[in-house]
Amino acid sequence: MSAFLAIVRRDLLLAARRKSEVFTALFFFMIVVSLFPLGIGPEADMLRKIAPGILWVAALLSAMLSLNRMFAADHQDGTLEQMALSPTPLALLVAGKVLAHWLVSGLPLVFLAPVLGIQFDLSARALLVLMISLLLGTPLLSLIGAIGAALTLGVRGGGVLLSLLVLPLYVPALIFGAGAVEADISGLGASGHLALLGAQLALALFFAPWAATAALRIALE
Amino acid sequence: MLSASGLACVRGDRRLFSDVAFSLSAGEWLHVEGENGAGKTSLLRIVAGLLHAAEGEIRWGGQPVDDIRDEYHAALLYLGHAPAIKEDMTPLENLFTSASVAGRSLADADAFGALRRIGLKGREEIPSRFLSQGQKRRVALARLLVSGAKLWVLDEPFVALDVAAVAMLGGLIGEHLEQGGMALLTSHQEMKLSGRARTLRLGK
Amino acid sequence: MSNRLINWFKFASPQSFYPIAGKMLPWFAALTVAFGLPALWLGFFVAPTDAVQGEGYRIIFIHVAASWMSMFIYCIMAFWAAVGIVYNTRLSGMMTAALAPTGALFAFLSLWTGALWGKPMWGTWWVWDARLTSELILFFLYLGYIALTSALDDARRADRAGGILALVGVVNVPIIYFSVKWWNTLHQGASVSLAKSPSMAHTMLWGMLLMALCCWMYTIAVALYRVRAIILERERHTTWVSELPEVKA
Repeated sequence: MSAFLAIVRRDLLLAARRKSEVFTALFFFMIVVSLFPLGIGPEADMLRKIAPGILWVAALLSAMLSLNRMFAADHQDGTLEQMALSPTPLALLVAGKVLAHWLVSGLPLVFLAPVLGIQFDLSARALLVLMISLLLGTPLLSLIGAIGAALTLGVRGGGVLLSLLVLPLYVPALIFGAGAVEADISGLGASGHLALLGAQLALALFFAPWAATAALRIALE
Repeated sequence: MLSASGLACVRGDRRLFSDVAFSLSAGEWLHVEGENGAGKTSLLRIVAGLLHAAEGEIRWGGQPVDDIRDEYHAALLYLGHAPAIKEDMTPLENLFTSASVAGRSLADADAFGALRRIGLKGREEIPSRFLSQGQKRRVALARLLVSGAKLWVLDEPFVALDVAAVAMLGGLIGEHLEQGGMALLTSHQEMKLSGRARTLRLGK
Repeated sequence: MSNRLINWFKFASPQSFYPIAGKMLPWFAALTVAFGLPALWLGFFVAPTDAVQGEGYRIIFIHVAASWMSMFIYCIMAFWAAVGIVYNTRLSGMMTAALAPTGALFAFLSLWTGALWGKPMWGTWWVWDARLTSELILFFLYLGYIALTSALDDARRADRAGGILALVGVVNVPIIYFSVKWWNTLHQGASVSLAKSPSMAHTMLWGMLLMALCCWMYTIAVALYRVRAIILERERHTTWVSELPEVKA
């Protein structure tokens, strides 16, 4: 357990010392969200309808941008090897890295998205549902993304390849996440969507660390 | 304590070596020799458990290493080509983190003492990226002092060290062997270490 | 019992499988033609003109066969990936790599024929219905597999990483399909769906079945052909490959 916490603490410390990387991803999120009205038009009714989708897609892209950071640096300086040689199961240490990644890249989106949602004139309740959907969805994105990051470790052109691998797997999270907010807006109630999102998260919590660990061991050979 | 039999390694299309065997007991060290590309690093990584051998088996204390993974890893310390330190953290922080990851507790006094002994006194708390290449390797070597592992697997440990550091490292390994530890290392340099020396030559 | 187990693993070496694949290939090629010709004849000449859709509906039996195959092939890829991970055999990785391009081809064919059907039916080239959208995502999964295995230089790493990706994908495919179906039923008012095909004449059903079998035989034939090429490429340093008549020439 202490090795798990040590890894989480270490990654948070490292992120704190490289704040610019973290903030860049958040600025990207803000810019992408603002691009859509510029591309589509400022009509309030239409924007209100497409807001959940826009906010979720932007969150997805922003989460994806930060994925290569998860393992690449550790792989290059040799600390990943040392983690593989620890008596603590590598899957547990990988889970620690995913947790730290989510705290730094995903959790801020949960708080930033409602602020941007105001730009689209979403109701307070819709914004709350948006926050909950992202709270459940961003860990899911980090977990699935970890598998992709582990598979493409050390590969040339890894960033784009990572996107190609991971985006199809993100589709269910996107559908239920954005769908939850839309369901709330249309009065149907978001509980079904959020429950399914939670179920996906539970599934990923169990399986993603193992898949990512297997992929890491392959990359370390 | 450590024994290997019938080890073979295949990388990409090439078979690097076949039917490699050796054994190591307390107080002994194994010098793995060979030309560049003969597979020395691969052999060390196989012993450490980072790479799977195409054939053969490794035993620790008589038991196959695959059956006692965690125990084996707890008794082993591997230093590869990369110094395995985070540049944004101080040497002290690096030492504490690697101890936690390896499941060992580390007292402040021991950490400071190790860094002092390895020649980094006064530099324990500056970010590692401000250290020279040789100093960074010393931080990696500091782990040897605090680890308590029985088996040291060192890949080219003398690289980037100055003469004084080379002598110090030789002394450290010697002490470790005297206390009943074991070491497996590759090096292009001539070494005189205390303890029983064995040699393994890879390649033709 | 143990005798049979040993025999399986003998076939698992590329060296033993290469000549076997070579012998099986012409049979599957013949079966492809044997199923394909009657299927095409049934589909284009025998089956009656549909009252509602006219002649345009005939493309459905290529579309349906292609969709089935694209999903079936992905499951087979995942099967070989699992075998490769459990038994650490090299040949399973090669089989997965051999199947992937054909799977991608069928996925693309399914999308394209879907569009060709959609245009006369509903006036648009693309319809965001559940099946077509899932098919599109499946196509992306195939592309991802091919991109990953091409980007990795080391063949063993490519096989094993691709294997993990295929297994992760196969677990996700039902989740993706279910979520896309949910998304589709919530958003679309009138259920304009390619799944709702008109009640079909018996000849049409026979035509679809024969076409599916034809595609299946084609897949096996092409996979065998491709795996032989992969074996030659990977094992080019071994003596048995340099001794082959086709290599010596």
